[in-house]
Amino acid sequence: MSILDSKIPAGHISEKWTDHKNHLKLVAPNNRPKIDVIVVGTGLAGASAAASLGEMGYNVKAFCFQDSPRRAHSIAAQGGINAAKNYQNDGDSVYRLFYDTIKGGDYRAREANVHRLAEVSGNIIDQCVAQGVPFAREYGGLLDNRSFGGTQVQRTFYAAGQTGQQLLLGAYSSLSRQIGLGRVKMYHRHEMLDLVTVDGKARGIIARNLVTGELERHAAHAVIIASGGYGNVYFLSTNAMGSNVSAAWKAHKKGALFANPCFVQIHPTCIPVHGTNQAKLTLMSESLRNSGRIWVPMKKEDAEAIREGRLKPTQIAEEDRDYFLERRYPAFGNLVPRDVASRAAKERCDAGFGIEANDTNEGVYLDFSTEIKSKGKQAAYALGDHNPTEEKTIELGKKWIEEKYGNLFQMYQKITDDNPYETPMKIYPAVHYTMGGVWVDYNLQSTIKGCFVAGEANFSDHGANRLGASALMQGLADGYFVLPYTVSDYLADEIRTGKISTDTPEFEAAENDVKNSIEKFLSNKGTKSVDFFHKRLGLIMWNKVGMGRNEQGLKEAIEEIGSLRDDFYQNVFVPGDSNEMNPELEKAMRVADLIELGQLMAIDALNRDESCGGHFREEFQDSEGETLRNDEKFKHVAAWEYKGMDIKNSVMHKEELNYEFIKIAERNYK
Amino acid sequence: MATKFININLKIWRQKNANAKGSLESYKLDKVSTDSSFLEMLDQLNEQLINEQKESIAFDHDCREGICGMCSLYINGRAHGPDTGTTTCQLHMRKFNDGDTIYVEPWRSRAFPIIKDLVVDRSAFDRIQQAGGFVSVNTSGRTMDANAIPIPKADADKAFEAAACIGCGACVATCKNGSALLFVGAKVSQYALLPQGKVEAQERVVNMVRQMDEEGFGNCTNTGACEIECPKGISLENIARMNREFLFAAAKSE
Repeated sequence: MSILDSKIPAGHISEKWTDHKNHLKLVAPNNRPKIDVIVVGTGLAGASAAASLGEMGYNVKAFCFQDSPRRAHSIAAQGGINAAKNYQNDGDSVYRLFYDTIKGGDYRAREANVHRLAEVSGNIIDQCVAQGVPFAREYGGLLDNRSFGGTQVQRTFYAAGQTGQQLLLGAYSSLSRQIGLGRVKMYHRHEMLDLVTVDGKARGIIARNLVTGELERHAAHAVIIASGGYGNVYFLSTNAMGSNVSAAWKAHKKGALFANPCFVQIHPTCIPVHGTNQAKLTLMSESLRNSGRIWVPMKKEDAEAIREGRLKPTQIAEEDRDYFLERRYPAFGNLVPRDVASRAAKERCDAGFGIEANDTNEGVYLDFSTEIKSKGKQAAYALGDHNPTEEKTIELGKKWIEEKYGNLFQMYQKITDDNPYETPMKIYPAVHYTMGGVWVDYNLQSTIKGCFVAGEANFSDHGANRLGASALMQGLADGYFVLPYTVSDYLADEIRTGKISTDTPEFEAAENDVKNSIEKFLSNKGTKSVDFFHKRLGLIMWNKVGMGRNEQGLKEAIEEIGSLRDDFYQNVFVPGDSNEMNPELEKAMRVADLIELGQLMAIDALNRDESCGGHFREEFQDSEGETLRNDEKFKHVAAWEYKGMDIKNSVMHKEELNYEFIKIAERNYK
Repeated sequence: MATKFININLKIWRQKNANAKGSLESYKLDKVSTDSSFLEMLDQLNEQLINEQKESIAFDHDCREGICGMCSLYINGRAHGPDTGTTTCQLHMRKFNDGDTIYVEPWRSRAFPIIKDLVVDRSAFDRIQQAGGFVSVNTSGRTMDANAIPIPKADADKAFEAAACIGCGACVATCKNGSALLFVGAKVSQYALLPQGKVEAQERVVNMVRQMDEEGFGNCTNTGACEIECPKGISLENIARMNREFLFAAAKSE
């Protein structure tokens, strides 16, 4: 029998969560202050969990590596958050959100979890409005919505292009309130460097104070890991510079299985790479695909002329433009899911139609001119001008665009020095989100008892591809509406445990391990920077475990990452001391984990002989370049067990996915 | 916007830790792409230092998209550098010329003590927020429907503009008095403009201002430098609104 018990409750899909909640064990209010809970990470999932558990009366310790919990990378999410409110009367429902998410994930997510997510989505919006989150509103004072990829309804709530910021500041304000009341103790500029387990249960962490360099032991009755995703394994991604896999990876090495590591989301609309010193890539929100049309020139010679600066995109006639998403996917057009849009852009660029004048010619246009004209005309009509001049129309259209996407347009202009109101944006896919993560059961508990994993750090809700505006939804669903129930259920058996001591052999051993790895880095006689190795890892990952993968490339990647790892430990140079703030040391510790993870991703990708969602194996595609899933052999979650230093020895366990309520079908957006 | 490469000289504040004495050190950096961001330029300098087996320069940064508020830096005497409406991570080297000497210092303010090199401690902002920057609503699946209270679009938009503050501290660093009024004013305004925040409005403003004073921030003398240097364009209006809220609360409490 599989060691994986997903603990999906019995019953009809729409009753499972309610029924499950009604039967979970509770901890009485008088017992909660005697129980300690650690939360690692203060993004949407971590901050909302820490605040909620603090409100309930538990003793919470929250950790973040940034200088304030408000900096977590959820803050950078732009476009919006989905909820099945059906405020727009376009036929939305909990079932449709559930269905769209399962289909969007290419039938590789767990039905019960996704349905729960859809069920609580409406509560999230209610909660956030009650906290004072200033969502965009219509003139009547009610909440506004827009569309995102992979859906045919308007269910996305937003705050300009800064939705993640507003939601995170909402969660941060709740967390701040609990810190002020003394129910949450905040450890900022602290990084978790190991998970401590005692008798198979998570009992605490080893954290490094990033200001003093001191190693600290923190004990708890349960540990929640909400440390985000691992997109930085590619070096260049839309993640923050500090985003890393270490907290999740340490849990993995202590026994938590790691699921579907190869499921990575490459986001179609990012600003193309400009040069070798580039440190990160910047996303242009998917919401722009509501108003922008994606195209490349129809003729290769036009693309070439553009790259050489002889032609401007505005000089290409309408009939010489290839709106390739509208052409290939008329039903969803520019709003196909991210994986589909990314692959289509890559296909055009590989065929020689790319427009960016960089090393790889990789770039396509995102053009707002049609929308500017149409919204400008609407605005003129609203002002009573039924025969506006073209000039007036364009002026009003630009104003409309500015109100909707002003901050994004400004950001684009700052970075590229191009004015997107006048000329189309240049965009190309970039690594954005990781669907894979620590395996968790229905209660979000990993295979280590008492170690819960939430938000992007777990694997559970997005299958092989995440739909836009669903990451914020999942983070807050986990933190506000799932963990408070399921963690309490676990803690109900801990009320007699008493205070957990850090003065035990397990804590001692974990601290020594961390101390040794720090010393090893600092005493190494290398010559190359951590970034040097990180960039090499990134190139291997992008070229061989990126948007298009094949057997040979993956086999090469596994070997290359193995030798990179040896090279890293031999030749890395980490300056400074352990007893001070040392950013290079922090990076070295993180990159060490990313290298191991990278190898596991390649192994997982090689193992999955099918194409699904963001995982595109070139051997498995139809004549039109669409993904070919293999449900017979791969309708499962691949959860990997750590088996020591050599990642190649990792053992895979399967969790079969059962679709009881949705008929599994070909994923068609045509 | 063709890419160019420039050579620059840098004078950067180095300070081993909070108690050590710091000084400006000189560096020379060649072949900096004008498409690089200011922080990518610092990455390049750090790479050069490490290749010379020297210690890299510590600076705060994270999202590099101008939204997390972690990056800071006083560049040539201006918070976040010579461009307006931008954070240091979104400042690009095309704003500088070949042969320029660029001065890079940490935020300078009593309430933001230096931790190392260019890194300062801004946790005072967190403590102000903890004193009252919230609506006291617990997590529950049973709050009222999000559309139960319509909010005039103009109010919602203004609340959003105030809430767009990224908490970077440029306002404090640039103020000759080291005042945090723009930061506190923005937070107070966000809630004052929304019906959800009105219930606790008086307590909130009193508690946040009390904490602000305890943290050692200076007073406001209406210079307006904060508004000019704010990367998110937070308006001085928010300070006026906060003052009104505070006066009202003070009058009511007597």
